[in-house]
Parts: sequence; structure tokens; C-alpha cells
Amino acid sequence: MIKSLDPRITRAEIDLENPIDPLKELDQWETYEVFHQKRRGDQHMHVGIVHAPNAEMAFIFAKEQYGRRGLSVNIWVVKTRDVYSSEYDDSDIFETVPEKQYREAGGYKVMEKINKYKKGV
Amino acid sequence: MYGNAYIDPNDKAAQMIAGEDPQKLAEFEARIAKGEKIEPKDWMPKEYRKQLVRMIEQHAHSEIIGALPEGTWITRAPGFKRKLALMAKVQDEVGHAQLLYSAAETLGKSREAMINDLITGKSKYSNVFNYPAFTWADACIIAWLIDAGAIINQVANAKGSYGPYCRALDRICTEESFHLKYGHDNVVTLATGTPKQREMVQAALTRWWPPIMHFFGPSDKISNHTEILMRWKVKMASNDDMRQQFLNMYVPKIWDLGLTLPDPNLKKNAEGKWEYTEPDWDEFKRVVNGDGPCNAERLAVRRNAEERGRWVREALNTTESKYIVPLA
Repeated sequence: MIKSLDPRITRAEIDLENPIDPLKELDQWETYEVFHQKRRGDQHMHVGIVHAPNAEMAFIFAKEQYGRRGLSVNIWVVKTRDVYSSEYDDSDIFETVPEKQYREAGGYKVMEKINKYKKGV
Repeated sequence: MYGNAYIDPNDKAAQMIAGEDPQKLAEFEARIAKGEKIEPKDWMPKEYRKQLVRMIEQHAHSEIIGALPEGTWITRAPGFKRKLALMAKVQDEVGHAQLLYSAAETLGKSREAMINDLITGKSKYSNVFNYPAFTWADACIIAWLIDAGAIINQVANAKGSYGPYCRALDRICTEESFHLKYGHDNVVTLATGTPKQREMVQAALTRWWPPIMHFFGPSDKISNHTEILMRWKVKMASNDDMRQQFLNMYVPKIWDLGLTLPDPNLKKNAEGKWEYTEPDWDEFKRVVNGDGPCNAERLAVRRNAEERGRWVREALNTTESKYIVPLA
């Protein structure tokens, strides 16, 4: 038995030689992605994952892990396997988006024309 | 708190990139050179993945094992406020382990596999936690100076190239700033207290100085291998540089309190570098390899926790659970 400086460990009566069976697959459960909202009106932000056997436990762990400090008003948890995501390798699908200036306010410059018109009058 | 990366010095640089697709490797290196992060499903060299898994996993183990020497004093913390604060700190450390295991998992090693490697002694953790916390003052010195060392390491690593590790470290560093202030407050309270309290904190500091000097690891040999790891932003600073930074920031604060350090050669030289007696690296190696005062106890406690909690985890498990690697 371990005689530890930590009285809690001494009380637990632990053998120093205590081989155990290795943890099996899913011993630590599957994962949930956690989304956290700081204040009402803010977006929920992805903050990380927790391992949990079900959504209720995922929420409890998410509160402990990601709501420990600062402000929180709301948390969502979603099974990782239920998230459908794009691949980084396919990020060229977004490539032409910034070029489409005709969809941006900055794509329309009228002052030049107005000034030119005024000069001409 | 406590990341302390061991990079195997026997790995040869040539082996590191052997068999990698040269074009993909070039794109990967260009991305890092631009300051962009690597994300879990990106192509990466095998060696990058391997070194990161080892490093992040060791960091996670250090957090969870580090909770043990500090936890020793929860039941006997001097007063309710100190007890609450220490419980919060220890709980933070366990939370940090969770964050780090999650980051390592995105690289494809399951949490079960990491825990198995910890409890069988296959994976390492920060060597300092193989030393005992004899008195309350030891817990105070750990909270201040070991966490200080950890912050230096973690702030450096948070600028690394792997996205999930950086994100975990950003969260961790925020909480560590509380640990550092908490630890400093504890040490200052003892150092400015009664003669008995001063004596306690001095004794603890003297005991912990050698492990603290070991904390950042032996001098790195500048090899092609470490050069590649630095180019890949896996290793962000040399062990000696981090040790210098630590000494520069904390030795003056320690001396300020009128405490002494057990190294007659410790001084800042004319070039602004700290000189010190070379730490005993044989002892360091001996303790890393299992022969320290607390190695056996730490792992036995961890195995016991896994074993006694197993039935709860199994009872909660549902047959439809299915593991897939987390996204980020």
C-alpha cells in the first residue's frame, strides 16, 4: 500500500504494483463539438470538444471546461460525427469570392463620375 | 501548466523527410513560412505528426500528473480561501489535460491510447512532478515557479504552426496567469510572514531549485534535426533560451524577497546572460527513466483512478457510440 504525503492517497489504499487492463476503444466515449455564447446577442463560437457518453453529460463537461471563466450565457453541444464539413483541400471553392466586387459596397465608386459631371456643367 | 518537450536527439534529419512527396512538402513548408496554421486534415510530413503527438501528449500527461503533488495540500491548505483557490487551480490543470489530449487526438492518436501509454510508463511527462511536495510551501513554490516556467514554454509554443495546439495553449495561458499570481501571492505571504514561514519557504525553494533548473531540459544540440523542427514551428525556442528567459524574469523577484538560491555561481554576466552551475543531468535522466522519488506512486495513483472509474464509464457507454477523430 502506498504511504503518501497526500492523506487522500494513503486512505485510498492503493497498491504500488497495480497493473490494470488497458483502456479499450470508446472507454473515453465519443466526442462532442462545443459552441459557446458569451453574451446575449453574440454569435455562438466553436471552442473545442468534450468526450461524453450522451448529450446531457457532454453539456455538463462543456460547462466545466469552457464555461469556467468569464461570461457565458449559452452552450450548444453537437456530436462530432453529425457535423458535415468541407475539406481544406477543397478550399479553392471559395477562391473567387473576394473577386466578385460587384457584390460589395466598395465595388461602386460614384464620386469620380459626379465630380466629372459637375465640372462639365 | 507544464509543457516540456523532449525531442529525440537520435532521430536523424535525413530520416525526417525520407519518402515525403517533395511538392507537398514544399507547399507545407511555404504555408508555415507565411505564418499560416496547419489544420488537422491537412497533409503533413509523418515526422511532423509524430513529433507533435509526442509533444502534446507529454504536455497533457504533465498537466494530469502535475495535479498530484499540488493536490497533496488541498486537505491541509491554510484556511478556506487558500483551499478554494488550490482546488480551482488543480481543477484547471486537469482541464488543461483535457484540452491538450483533444488537440493531440486531432492528429489521430486516441485518448485511450494516450492514457494507456501514460499508465504503463511508455510516455513521459514533465520530470518535476516526480518530486514530492513536502510542505505547504512546496506547493506554493510549484504554483509560482513551475507555472512560471510552464508559461514561458507555453507562450512560445502558442506561436507554433499546429492550429489545435495553439488554440488549446491560448486558453491554457489565460488560466495560467491566475496560477502565477496565485503562486506569487502565496510565496510573498510566506516570505513576508513569521520567521517560521520564511524558513519554510526558503527550504522549499532550496529543494525545488534543482528540478526547476532541469525544467526546460538539457541544452539542445543544434542539429539539422532541430533546425527542421524549428522551421516547421514545432519547436519554438531552444531549451537554453527558455531557461535564460526564466532566470531573467524570476531570479530578481526571488532575490527581492530576500530569499537565496542554492547556487553560488548564479549571476548575470556583463553580456546580460545568466551563468549558473550546470544542473545534474545524470540525475535528470535517472528520474525521467523512472527512478525518481515519486514516479512509481504517481503512475500507481493514475492506474488506480482509471481502474476504479472504469465501471462508471462502462455503465454510461451506449452501444451506438462511434468514435471519429474530432474536427478541430
